[in-house]
Amino acid sequence: MKQSIWRNQRFWRFFGQALVVVLILAGLAFLGSNLDRNLRQLGIRLGFDFLRSQAGFSIGDTPIPYQSSDSYAWALLVGLVNSLRVIGLGIGLATLVGVSVGIARLSDNWLLRQLALFYVETLRNTPLLLQLFFWYFAVFFRFPPVETPLRWLALTVSKGGLQLGELRVSSEFTALLLGLSFYTAAFIAEVVRGGIQSVPQGQWEAARSLGLKPGQTLRLVVLPQALRTIVPPLGNQYLNLAKNSSLAIAVGYPDLYAVSSTTFNQTGRAVEVMILISLTYLSLSLLISLLINLYNRSVQLVER
Amino acid sequence: MNSWLRKNLFNTWYNTLLTLVCLLGIYQIVTGVGNWLLTQARWDVVATNLNLLLVGRYPASQIWRLWLVGAIGVLLVGVSLVRPRLQPALKARLTPLLLGLWPLSLVLCFWLIAGGAGLLPVGTNLWGGLLLTLLVAFVSTVLAFPLSVVLAVGRQSTLPLVRWFCTGYIELIRGLPLIGILFMAQVMLPLVLPAEWRLDRLLRAIAGLVLFNAAYLAENVRGGLQAVPRGQTEAAKALGLNTPLILVLIVLPQAIRTVIPAIVGQFISLFKDTSLLSLFALLELTGIARSVLAQPQFLGRYAEVYLFVGLLYWIFCYTLARVSQRWEKPVASRL
Repeated sequence: MKQSIWRNQRFWRFFGQALVVVLILAGLAFLGSNLDRNLRQLGIRLGFDFLRSQAGFSIGDTPIPYQSSDSYAWALLVGLVNSLRVIGLGIGLATLVGVSVGIARLSDNWLLRQLALFYVETLRNTPLLLQLFFWYFAVFFRFPPVETPLRWLALTVSKGGLQLGELRVSSEFTALLLGLSFYTAAFIAEVVRGGIQSVPQGQWEAARSLGLKPGQTLRLVVLPQALRTIVPPLGNQYLNLAKNSSLAIAVGYPDLYAVSSTTFNQTGRAVEVMILISLTYLSLSLLISLLINLYNRSVQLVER
Repeated sequence: MNSWLRKNLFNTWYNTLLTLVCLLGIYQIVTGVGNWLLTQARWDVVATNLNLLLVGRYPASQIWRLWLVGAIGVLLVGVSLVRPRLQPALKARLTPLLLGLWPLSLVLCFWLIAGGAGLLPVGTNLWGGLLLTLLVAFVSTVLAFPLSVVLAVGRQSTLPLVRWFCTGYIELIRGLPLIGILFMAQVMLPLVLPAEWRLDRLLRAIAGLVLFNAAYLAENVRGGLQAVPRGQTEAAKALGLNTPLILVLIVLPQAIRTVIPAIVGQFISLFKDTSLLSLFALLELTGIARSVLAQPQFLGRYAEVYLFVGLLYWIFCYTLARVSQRWEKPVASRL
């Protein structure tokens, strides 16, 4: 018996995909032709040549040598290094604070538990941007000027930033780092709490009956098992932290996005700057999830 | 009381130490903050600009319309929340009524806010503060939802090209920071659309938020799709339904019901993310806070304004989170 073409599944599968491809191509062609016409009207030609011309703006934080006579490409690289610096330190600090608060959420000390809950609920339910503004304008702006800093042991604190011996960090960097880390730590704390709670109660009891102390039980028995549930969502939080680091512009820290934004304001190269930002953040995200996946593989249960 | 204290605060020597350290910390913070609140903070900056922070430059004579919108919203959400706990007969009668009332009251609310057709028109440039934050978050979620369902279904599709495209879109958006997407919406949208379509700043920002939010919502919806047992699809197939009908009548209703708490979670995070619009010269809650701080007579009152604004955000996010937690239980038990 010959089947009607309208009842043929292979036909529908082919037709459906062809339709989607045609629609997407038509959409792209529409956007592309508009872009072409609009750019021609503005008299802009696409191309990355502008990266070689002189940037002409100064950058506050320069972990690698930079002058305003350097090229845009170099300025963007300085921005990238600044981003990486805050992301790396932020991940470390957020993990440290987050794990501590997460464990404190399960402490048998009532007061500590409430404090940890207060921390999580306050920071989680307000926008990060607002917290960054608060850290920078309401906290760091109140510090004394650079000439008369506060001194506390080897640490000096002023509007200009923190100084510990030889190590100097700007107030923009510190505000961003603290804001970003404390905010992400609130989410990490919930991840850690969930992970610890997912370990069966019997594990605690068994460890106790073997004579392990509570601290040892946590470190040697519970946390290694909790890691299996903790690591994947923890990786998501690291990715969020990396993406949120682009809010640096709010406190005037020259990260990749801030430098790109300045570059766009000076050159008007919207398309090129957009491509550069997207590619860099996508590679960063990819890199972080790759590392997390590698680590995840090492903590997962090896099944026979 | 005494035994509670001993059990919860002083059961071992290190817990006693911890309690004392915590008490000392709390004492330091409370006295420091309390001292600032009572003697140094000057709240007149909030009192003077309260209307500005809540509704922007919305005309004072028309604010009753916003109260009405608020009342309609509270009533509708209240009834919807109570519904699962009602008696079956009442519930059955309420359901079609609610399904009709929701879209109707959305139109009504929009008319009340924007005006026209008998009411004094109020342009979008006058909307601001908390009002704009709520509106933008709500509109972006409502518009992104259908798109996210399409993306989620596409990502689960057996057609490889459709699946690759949807996966590509979702992963691309999720790999980018929101600020970059908003930048793209502000700068690139005018370039890739015909010159005649002039979107204003607010619409471009909403477009950016919709494109962003759809990718995240799609992942939530996908979770729901995966939670629907295979037996449901197989049973529907056995009854002779075709693939689109199975999707619309059988799978999606069950999937979406399970992911409502996740969607509320995504709404909360979008609600917080609308603060980024302040970086693009829009006067939503954070933006208007910054413009209040730029007034010469209120220079340097950062702590007062940001604390107040933070409290507003907190009230909404915390309430929503609690409501969605309570919602989760009846939803789970119904399945």
